[in-house]
Amino acid sequence: MNMEIVSEILVKNGLLTAFVFVGLLVFLSYRLSHLLTRGRLHGSAVAITLGLVLAYLGGKYTGGSDGIADVPILAGVGIMGGAMLRDFAIVSTAFGADLSALRRAGLVGGLSVIIGVVLSFIVGAVVAVAFGYGDAVSVSTIGAGAATYIVGPVTGSALGASSDVIALSVAAGLVKSVMVMVGTPLVARLIGLDNPASAMIYGGLMGTTSGVAAGLAATDEKLVPYGAMTATFYTGVGCLLAPSILYICVKALLG
Amino acid sequence: MTIYGVAILAGCTLIGAILGKLLGVLMGINANVGGVGIAMLLLLAITSQSQGSFSLKPITASGITFFSAMYIPIVVAMAAKQDVYAAISGGWMALAAGGCAVLASFALIPLLTRLQMRA
Repeated sequence: MNMEIVSEILVKNGLLTAFVFVGLLVFLSYRLSHLLTRGRLHGSAVAITLGLVLAYLGGKYTGGSDGIADVPILAGVGIMGGAMLRDFAIVSTAFGADLSALRRAGLVGGLSVIIGVVLSFIVGAVVAVAFGYGDAVSVSTIGAGAATYIVGPVTGSALGASSDVIALSVAAGLVKSVMVMVGTPLVARLIGLDNPASAMIYGGLMGTTSGVAAGLAATDEKLVPYGAMTATFYTGVGCLLAPSILYICVKALLG
Repeated sequence: MTIYGVAILAGCTLIGAILGKLLGVLMGINANVGGVGIAMLLLLAITSQSQGSFSLKPITASGITFFSAMYIPIVVAMAAKQDVYAAISGGWMALAAGGCAVLASFALIPLLTRLQMRA
């Protein structure tokens, strides 16, 4: 057998390889969910967690930033899980969503976006201060990173933060995203995440698009459109508030 | 035809992305503001007009439902391409900042849900 020919075909048809790979991963996950937890931990939650574990290994052994997609044969996973197809699939979930439920929870959903940005910023900023950061620029950048891993670098470069602080803010945002993916199905019942209204509030408070997309997929697929709807405004609001009003507040407080 | 559904879905996603980006430019920030949300509302507005001139045939709808059925596998692929290694090797401060933000946000969900019920 000539392995070179096989790998050449797999690399050339990257997206198809990704379909097979993810198909096998999902199949394995649903079997594991059934065998180990009798379906209590949903198959999709297992699949997402396994995906994250593979992403960790990929990052560790290739040194790249795209998880398992940095392995040449699996580069197609990067296309399949990239922003284009992700947003495309999220939008498709709106088909058949309940418009009146969206309208009813619209106001509090919108409010939850602003509360979510401010809350995450404050928590991130307090942690930064606790770890010994004293200047308003660094504290604001790390606080912004606790919102999402996009708000962090946007804020950091707007305020002129050092590159290691910006890297930290990205790491904080990545931690948030991963924790939302893994944590949501575990706490869903505790926090009452089982209806469109609470899903909209959840999306608004969490804000990380990938975290919310995966968190709801692992909890209840029917809730995806409601959470995604509010989460999509979060990064924009964060990029608006963090380098302006929130930074001014931090500066006033730290002197 | 199935392609009509796919085309409607893709069109909505693209229009949403353009409007979201324009909204960001108007606000003076380099970010997409609500592009996906706008696209979803657009799709809902188009597809919920079931009576009258514009009705979605089941075969057309299948172009949309196929991609919503692919949602979970796509999200699994998305999880597999995250920079988890950077998240974990970011050190204790990154873990604390991101982790505490998630816990605080989780804790606020029941409160806001109750507020919504009363409103």
